[in-house]
Amino acid sequence: MVATKMEKPAADLLTSPGVSSLFKSLKLKTKQQELLIRVAILCLVYVLAFITRLFSVLRYESMIHEFDPYFNYRVTQYLTRNGFYEFWNWFDSESWYPLGRIVGGTLYPGLMVTAAFIYWTLRFLSFAVHIREVCVLTAPFFASNTTIVAYFFGKELWDSGAGLVAAVLIAICPGYISRSVAGSYDNEGVAIFALLLTFYLFVKAVNTGSLAWALASAFGYFYMVSAWGGYVFIINLIPLYVIVLLIRFVGFQHVQSGEHMAAMGVFFLMQLPPIVAYMKAGIGRREWLLPVQINLLSGFLVVSLFASLPCLLKNFSEVSHSVINMPSISTLVQVFYFLDWVKFLLNDPKKFHTFLRITVTSAVALGAIALGVGTASGFISPWTGRFYSLLDPTYAKDHIPIIASVSEHQPTAWSSFMFDFHILLFLFPAGLYFCFKRLSDATIFIVMYGLTSMYFAGVMVRLILVATPAVCLISAIAVSATIKNLTQLVRAKSKPAPVGSGKGTTSTKAPSKGYYGKVLAGFILVWSQKLVSEFSAKPLKLDLENGFNGLLTSPFVGKINTKQVNEDRSISEKNENTSINMDNKGSLDQSPPFQKNGAIALLFGAFFLLSRYVIHCTWVTSEAYSSPSIVLAARGAHGNRVIFDDYREAYFWLRQNTPPDAKVMSWWDYGYQITAMGNRTVIVDNNTWNNTHIATVGRAMSSYEDEAYEIMRSLDVDYVLVVFGGVTGYSSDDINKFLWMVRIGGGVFPVIKEPDYLVNGEYRVDKGAAPKMLNCLMYKLSYYRFGELTTEYGKPPGYDRARGVEIGNKDIKLEHLEEAFTTSNWIRKMIHRGSIHRSGLGMAARKTTGDTTQEAFDFKQLLNQDGWSNLLQFALHYNCNATTNFCGVLL
Amino acid sequence: MLCLLKRFFLLFQIENIGNAPASEVLLAFSPTQFDHLALVKAASVVGKKKKKSYVPLEVNPTERPVAPNGTKYYAISLLKALEKGEVATLEIFYSLTHTLEPFPVEISQSESQLVYYHDSAIILSPYHIQQQATLFKTPSNKVESFTRVEPTDRAGTELKYGPYEGRSPFSYSPVIIHFENNNPFAVVEELEREIEVSHWGSVQVTEHYKLAHAGARHKGVFSRVEYQSRPSASGVSSFKHLVAELPPRVHSVYYRDNIGNISSSRLRTNSKKSELLIEPRYPLFGGWKATFVIGYGVPLQDFLFESATGARYLNYSFGCPLANTVVDKLTIKVVLPEGSKNPSAQVPFTVEQSFETKYSYLDVIGRTVVVLEKRNVVPEHNIPFQVHYNFNPVFMLAEPLMLASVFFLFFITCLAYLHIDVSIRK
Repeated sequence: MVATKMEKPAADLLTSPGVSSLFKSLKLKTKQQELLIRVAILCLVYVLAFITRLFSVLRYESMIHEFDPYFNYRVTQYLTRNGFYEFWNWFDSESWYPLGRIVGGTLYPGLMVTAAFIYWTLRFLSFAVHIREVCVLTAPFFASNTTIVAYFFGKELWDSGAGLVAAVLIAICPGYISRSVAGSYDNEGVAIFALLLTFYLFVKAVNTGSLAWALASAFGYFYMVSAWGGYVFIINLIPLYVIVLLIRFVGFQHVQSGEHMAAMGVFFLMQLPPIVAYMKAGIGRREWLLPVQINLLSGFLVVSLFASLPCLLKNFSEVSHSVINMPSISTLVQVFYFLDWVKFLLNDPKKFHTFLRITVTSAVALGAIALGVGTASGFISPWTGRFYSLLDPTYAKDHIPIIASVSEHQPTAWSSFMFDFHILLFLFPAGLYFCFKRLSDATIFIVMYGLTSMYFAGVMVRLILVATPAVCLISAIAVSATIKNLTQLVRAKSKPAPVGSGKGTTSTKAPSKGYYGKVLAGFILVWSQKLVSEFSAKPLKLDLENGFNGLLTSPFVGKINTKQVNEDRSISEKNENTSINMDNKGSLDQSPPFQKNGAIALLFGAFFLLSRYVIHCTWVTSEAYSSPSIVLAARGAHGNRVIFDDYREAYFWLRQNTPPDAKVMSWWDYGYQITAMGNRTVIVDNNTWNNTHIATVGRAMSSYEDEAYEIMRSLDVDYVLVVFGGVTGYSSDDINKFLWMVRIGGGVFPVIKEPDYLVNGEYRVDKGAAPKMLNCLMYKLSYYRFGELTTEYGKPPGYDRARGVEIGNKDIKLEHLEEAFTTSNWIRKMIHRGSIHRSGLGMAARKTTGDTTQEAFDFKQLLNQDGWSNLLQFALHYNCNATTNFCGVLL
Repeated sequence: MLCLLKRFFLLFQIENIGNAPASEVLLAFSPTQFDHLALVKAASVVGKKKKKSYVPLEVNPTERPVAPNGTKYYAISLLKALEKGEVATLEIFYSLTHTLEPFPVEISQSESQLVYYHDSAIILSPYHIQQQATLFKTPSNKVESFTRVEPTDRAGTELKYGPYEGRSPFSYSPVIIHFENNNPFAVVEELEREIEVSHWGSVQVTEHYKLAHAGARHKGVFSRVEYQSRPSASGVSSFKHLVAELPPRVHSVYYRDNIGNISSSRLRTNSKKSELLIEPRYPLFGGWKATFVIGYGVPLQDFLFESATGARYLNYSFGCPLANTVVDKLTIKVVLPEGSKNPSAQVPFTVEQSFETKYSYLDVIGRTVVVLEKRNVVPEHNIPFQVHYNFNPVFMLAEPLMLASVFFLFFITCLAYLHIDVSIRK
């Protein structure tokens, strides 16, 4: 009754002539409607990208995660407290004792300056936020911004539909979320934004030929350089791209090159200051660098100067390669022009060839000599290990244990790809296919970006991150193009479907482009066909049952279709088609009713796949990537949540109850956290710049107690912190990392030999362990008084739950050290068989004040334990990087 | 018995033996006692046995010319002057902080804590004492030693000195009692309470604690195995949790420190009061410290009232919500809403007052902050104090209006941008 009463006046209102005319005038035009929908979707995606990253804040608290972010947080605090100039000149004496670290000169300040800028802006607008909140939310905020950039990039590459899909895909892609959840306050958080922005602006510049976009791109690049070491990817990719374009244009179509080169020019000029800087650094005078630069490169190069400033801060060995790389390729570009010009002058092919031979030979010879002399004199420093390991994944394993020991530097497993990309992994080749079908400057770029970054992602787990935007964009093209075709089929009904998709800008260049497309696409097709048959059985089966071959227009199936058609028909005939729609129409005219049904079915298939993607992403984010790794949660016996907070317990104890000038020795993983949370000086930390120093710590840990004591005395160590998981079964504790300490220590000090700690090549801690192992410092500290403890029912005392053995040395006496503090939790009764826990054992040494003649050290012990949830174990099982990260230095 | 806090009940029967009527009675304290004096209260006892009632009296510190060894005085004003020969009964209560001195100064994990207590068997007084007896109560039976000033008698936890008769003014007879005291010596070295009043319906309280274990310092090894397997014999003087009493209807309670949330806390609420059981990150042994923050919100109508004159006043409890602790230095900051005028604080005891300005969310002119400071705060100080101020409710709308106008301007700009063509070339 009530409802009808309510409806009537409303209906009256609408039907009355005056109102309806008003309603009509307010009604939006189709274009406006489209704009409204687009803006609404973008806004929703923007919000979605932000809130999906807040799992950790809701589930735990607003806190900084992992290892590196703690350093960044500490630096940001310093920056906001002391201002920019103090920060620039900051010499941090709290790390790398007694060496210290020039922080202002050895980090990428982009992230910290960004966060501080946001903080200051908010403060200026009188929002009384804490700097921690800003730091925690920086990464989600930039992830949201990345979605907007992805939209514009997708629009530039394909059309606005692809842009929207790209924005959605990247907003929730686990590969990106892994490094940008709230609290993950790391360089990558802003760097991916900067990377994508730079690429977008660059592509925009290439497409428009506008200097303004090129300049904007330069600024984007400047920001990227200031934020992350991954910028080397940009400066190597862009020249590569230019070469490809050059080959295309010089080789086939002479005409357009000049226009494109204008965009490049800005980019190349930007590289000049780094070269100058590099040369200056070679001379060894950094102080007068800036004024000289300003004098040398006035005017336009002011921009370049900005871009170079961050480079100046880096250690030059890393920059040098990229710097050398860059101009060499840019000169190559010049050489092309030069050759062209000479060819024009000489007018005779024979003469030209002679000229070419002589110049090339002499240039190669000169280059070789220069390189030889440069390397010998040390002017060109050798490549760093991480670069080698990028080209040869096995390099680090054999030569640099400190790189190999970091889990995120491991080669990527297939499961990681599946975990981080899900359906994008299959959409990626499909998208590549579409890109090749409509080859333009922009799509060439994204294809190159995708392929190179995919290679790097395969080499190192952490570089999945760099590949993520490309994968999302290319997949978005696949999704968008497919759905567009399908919906056109659905809507077409009896009238002929509209030809082509939106922009037909590239059709004029089609013939030459199509050829490359075919070659590569054929390559990918074989692979994707296999993938399709394996993974997306459902839509395929559906189609086969319906029995119409030609209508396979799903993202995967579409390729099979074209492949078959390719085999049948001549290549040139097919090249003209820019959309699958055309193919289908050609071959499927005979069965129009099925065509529509099939399209609907495939639409549902696509919808199903995409919704699976959303579910997967949410699940991964919630279960695997939102754990702070400082605090661990587990389920108790009654399903209640148990929090294990032993890390912070130990750090806070250090902070409150040790002398302010105490020096703490621990393995480098915990260095940043100790300085940030414990506020105490550490010997080594996660900025692994000095291998010898780390090796010294490794040596101390793997020596006998009295030898270790001498080393510790020489390093002024007061406390030793050890993480131990034997009580609760946490597997990534110091005993399990111990072999790396031995290896790294042994790499510098040959006294330490790995075989001494192994029995028949086997690493054991029980009775059968090597005698040196049973008596080294790490073993003694970890298992001190552990022999008295019953950890599990029905097991003998001293049963190590992390390794599942009874320890070999139960009667440990410490001569020079004493237990200072051990964290709680492990004896709580809520530990039951099902849940896995971990514990840590820390040691600390303290100077006794009584006897002044003999400096005695009492070492103390910390028992540190944490729970380790089943969920995280699952994540580990999937070999996902975020939970096992020990973030080393940046690339 | 409390950590470092001694409470005293004195029962006086005074008789005016002078000629002039006496309107004041002097209480004498030694300078060290005076520094640690947290609270003095006096009441006169009226009526006999069953009809006995107490009338509180005013107590104020005063200066007197006769002050041997720097004796400090408090003057108790009597209700009516005492005529010659008249007798009155007074009850005086005072508490001293930091009077127990741990000895030995450092103990290991397995030892229990012993403390010294210094006092006088005969009370310091400017008057002639006819008869006096002193009674000390120790927390346990374990008394290592005590000074004998005959007659002295010890029974269980009680130690009785006296009765002594006919002592002259300012006589002093020092006694030292050495006894076991394993009570938690929790001392809040500094406490800053910020009470932020919002007329939108909430009072937000933030309390910054600097907690320390002021007992005998921990020496040598801390063994977790010992501590957890033999709780009765290991670390008996340490403590691992404290109870904070919060107002009823408390909401959004948090407990954290510099490096994040501390997950070990429990809140129990009922209609009378809320109890927050907090556990620092680690057990506190002698000399160990912990800093943390407790924050909570309470409904405005429970604490903010309107006086007859139209002014508002906040009525909130002074002192530290942690049960059984001593606060060395307490700072209370009452942050009044932006635009409030004529703030003034009324505290039932002497405190230092000052004003400052604080800028919080969307503040333009800043909020007036009434700062109250006091040293040596004990649980007896948990009595209400008032802050009066005038506030025009129109100011409540300032911030929403500001936000609204910003958004309005933003939309207008968007509109303008979409409709105006600013490009140079056509």
